[in-house]
Amino acid sequence: MSQQPILQAKGLVKRFGRVVALDHADFDLYPGEVLGVIGDNGAGKSTLIKALSGAVQPDEGEVLLDGQPVVFPSPISARDAGIETVYQTLALSPALSIADNMFLGREIRKPGIRGAIFKQLDKREMERFAREKLTELGLMTIQNISQAVETLSGGQRQGVAVARAAAFGSKVIIMDEPTAALGVKESRRVLELINDVRARGIPIVLISHNMPHVFEVADRIHVHRLGRRLCVIKPSECTMSDAVAYMTGAKEPPQDAAAA
Amino acid sequence: MADNFEAELDSSDTSVAEFEGHRSLLDKFQHFLHANPAMVPVIILAVSIVGFGLVAGERFFSPFTLGLIMQQVAIVGILACAQTLVILTAGIDLSVGAVMVLSYVVMGNLGVTYGMPAGFAIIIGILVGMACGMLNGVLVTRLKLPPFIVTLGSWRIFLASVFLYTGSQSIRSQDIDAEAPALKFFGGKVTFIDDLIGFNANITYGVVLMLVIFLVFWYLLTNTAWGRAVYAVGDDKDAAELAGIRSDRILVSVYVVAGFICGIAAWAAIGRVGSVSPSSFQEANLESIAAVVIGGTSLFGGRGAILGSLFGALIVGVFAAGLRLAGADPQWVLFASGCLIILAVSIDQWIRRVSV
Ligand SMILES: Nc1ncnc2c1ncn2[C@@H]1O[C@H](COP(=O)(O)OP(=O)(O)OP(=O)(O)O)[C@@H](O)[C@H]1O
Ligand SMILES: [Mg+2]
Repeated sequence: MSQQPILQAKGLVKRFGRVVALDHADFDLYPGEVLGVIGDNGAGKSTLIKALSGAVQPDEGEVLLDGQPVVFPSPISARDAGIETVYQTLALSPALSIADNMFLGREIRKPGIRGAIFKQLDKREMERFAREKLTELGLMTIQNISQAVETLSGGQRQGVAVARAAAFGSKVIIMDEPTAALGVKESRRVLELINDVRARGIPIVLISHNMPHVFEVADRIHVHRLGRRLCVIKPSECTMSDAVAYMTGAKEPPQDAAAA
Repeated sequence: MADNFEAELDSSDTSVAEFEGHRSLLDKFQHFLHANPAMVPVIILAVSIVGFGLVAGERFFSPFTLGLIMQQVAIVGILACAQTLVILTAGIDLSVGAVMVLSYVVMGNLGVTYGMPAGFAIIIGILVGMACGMLNGVLVTRLKLPPFIVTLGSWRIFLASVFLYTGSQSIRSQDIDAEAPALKFFGGKVTFIDDLIGFNANITYGVVLMLVIFLVFWYLLTNTAWGRAVYAVGDDKDAAELAGIRSDRILVSVYVVAGFICGIAAWAAIGRVGSVSPSSFQEANLESIAAVVIGGTSLFGGRGAILGSLFGALIVGVFAAGLRLAGADPQWVLFASGCLIILAVSIDQWIRRVSV
């Protein structure tokens, strides 16, 4: 591909004690695409995206945004660069409300001196926005936007985390197993949401163990194995069984795919 | 093929789940308390006021007694405010009492012994309190030590510093009056309230200060981004960091603010006691923790309401005054506050088990 990747990683290494979670992993995300990331449990997918989102500092290697080397010392710096992430652990505060969670770290203040001097939060506006985003996701079976996240079901929580990323992501949105706990209907909404976001021109990284979902929405699929990128395949040129065979090591990927 | 089952979604029910089933009165009460955790201490406070009122009658309900309760609670109440902030972050500050004593011996020493203008002495005393808080905060965040251990150590260090610095000497009330009367400001009676309502309400500026501090921090915790962050860090630190909170900064700010509040409490304490004594307030650390716990704030962090701590402090004050009027041995106050702590934590656990 001649285009420049919007987000790129070269030779990332991350060790946790004696465990090598990332072993010279490469990564490319091109503008406007949905990139699926698949791999066995423990292959290092979450660690890879954490290195891209500032949640983990790689021991070696570099991350490039729009071709420029960047260092994200914390998730905040990646977020400031427009990269939003739905972490596998969701990163929600259980005792805080849905609206509070969506705006954690980027609260809206009241206009005028109440906001400027007294730093007063505009709770009504934040709740309105949160309700709107959740409705877009079809998650309004939630009755009360000010209810604590801990009182939601696992799937509803996941919906809140996805809504948060989709609402604020301006450059790249990364989703680590966003549909793992979702029902059929809610998963479908998330896939629709992914298509909507792509239509807005924002590229998405989708990590999932659900092959039909990945094959349905992804433009390209990054196969991760033993801490590194094994190959990149096109859903149109490859079957799900091939993909599973590559990622489990049952079959060698074709030569050209390894380079793609 | 794979998509067929999803076709059923088109005809799916779009109504929203309804959860209003049959609930017993107790269930409803439990839910009410779950949604309004600060109501528990309010109820206990109301019951204990009524209870002691029935036992002690007129004497208990006199403005003098009620005002006296507030005066006696003021210092521990202010410290409980600092303590609440730290406990909300899932920490604990065993050093609040010692920080306060260190601040006020500095104020007294500078203002009285060295004759520095009272305003400067007070500001420097408060800065000393903030520096102590900063030390705690830095140790907790940089060295990643548990707050319990850090403040167990710093408590002793601060207390030893108090005695080393003062040579165990107190500063007498007359000397404060002569050199820096402003140090005693918060011990003064708020006479204009008495004029307004026509009788002696027995309220001091120290009591007003406590109420103002609680209101300010209630506002900061419930209405600002900083308050959200304090709760989020105490609730789940890792999640808060991933969600974009600089949790170490928040933690340090909480300890520094707690030190600041201790510095303010120091000024009020000089007014309350009338002199500067290095050996006073030895129990203040634990009393402030008791007020916070009785006030319904969870020691695990992230849950609680700061006004609960005000009520917690008042409950202990009401028990102390009520038992005194009933002629009981003062040890019963300690006994009762022990029971209240255990009661408060069990109620807290019961509310947590709410089936949502
Ligand atoms: N914080 C950590 N400390 C120690 N080891 C870790 C840590 N995070 C990840 N690892 C290790 O790194 C390896 C890769 O983990 P990672 O979570 O990236 O896998 P994954 O591909 O996301 O798996 P899954 O599909 O189960 O989510 C695992 O062996 C894991 O034990
Ligand atoms: Mg993972």
